[in-house]
Amino acid sequence: MSEEFFDIEGKKKRFMFLNRKAPYGTIYALETLETVLISAAFEQNAVIAFVDDGVYQIMQGQDTGAIGMKNFSRTYGAVEMEKEDADEDPDLDIEWRIVVERESLEQRGLTADDFIIAVEVLGCEELSRLMNEQDVVLSG
Amino acid sequence: MNFGILVNEGPFTHQASDSAYRFAKAAIEKGHQVPRVFFYYDGVNNGNKLSEPQSDDRNLVKLWAELAIEHGVDLVVCVAAGLRRGIKDENLAEGFGISGLGQLIELGIAADRTIVFGD
Repeated sequence: MSEEFFDIEGKKKRFMFLNRKAPYGTIYALETLETVLISAAFEQNAVIAFVDDGVYQIMQGQDTGAIGMKNFSRTYGAVEMEKEDADEDPDLDIEWRIVVERESLEQRGLTADDFIIAVEVLGCEELSRLMNEQDVVLSG
Repeated sequence: MNFGILVNEGPFTHQASDSAYRFAKAAIEKGHQVPRVFFYYDGVNNGNKLSEPQSDDRNLVKLWAELAIEHGVDLVVCVAAGLRRGIKDENLAEGFGISGLGQLIELGIAADRTIVFGD
């Protein structure tokens, strides 16, 4: 099966990377971010979604000194750059979206201004419809 | 139909690996294909040959290996996640290989459906 099966040249799918966990209590945020960045090389459509405590991953002003962990929040800037490339490069026929769930923000008293990158805020029904449109949904 | 599988948790602590294995086995028995299973996050621990479960309990590492050997399923442990958790060539179980996250994305692109088993 192998060779023809993995002949993916020119195939474009819609991937959603779903982030539900806070950045430092578990490793899911960091390792999911690594997956997002690797995926950029494959020129696929991508939605990077933040819901529940996942919204904390992109909050401004993170300071991990007291817990001795690497502050990786700046790396989300690279995700934003990939999204901008997707928007601006006419040769890249893909769409990248960075979305946050409205209800998750409201429950936590947050707004889009609290984040280090630009996001679209979607209500949970809209996000649910968007999730249904995806070919692949990856989550940690 | 061909299925890609992502396993997010290690053996025993969570049921994810059991569920993924049983799904893969059932899919193959029904005539579907499971070309690759990718092990990420703590899922890399499914590839540890040093795992020694109790003798009257299932041996998940070996069960996965059987799928590889009997059905040609490509079992891929993520190199970076593996390094963090001490899964390297020297303790990698038979039937497993180590490679990069690109193989997960490639699997998502190639498979009809990609299924994630986690916590």
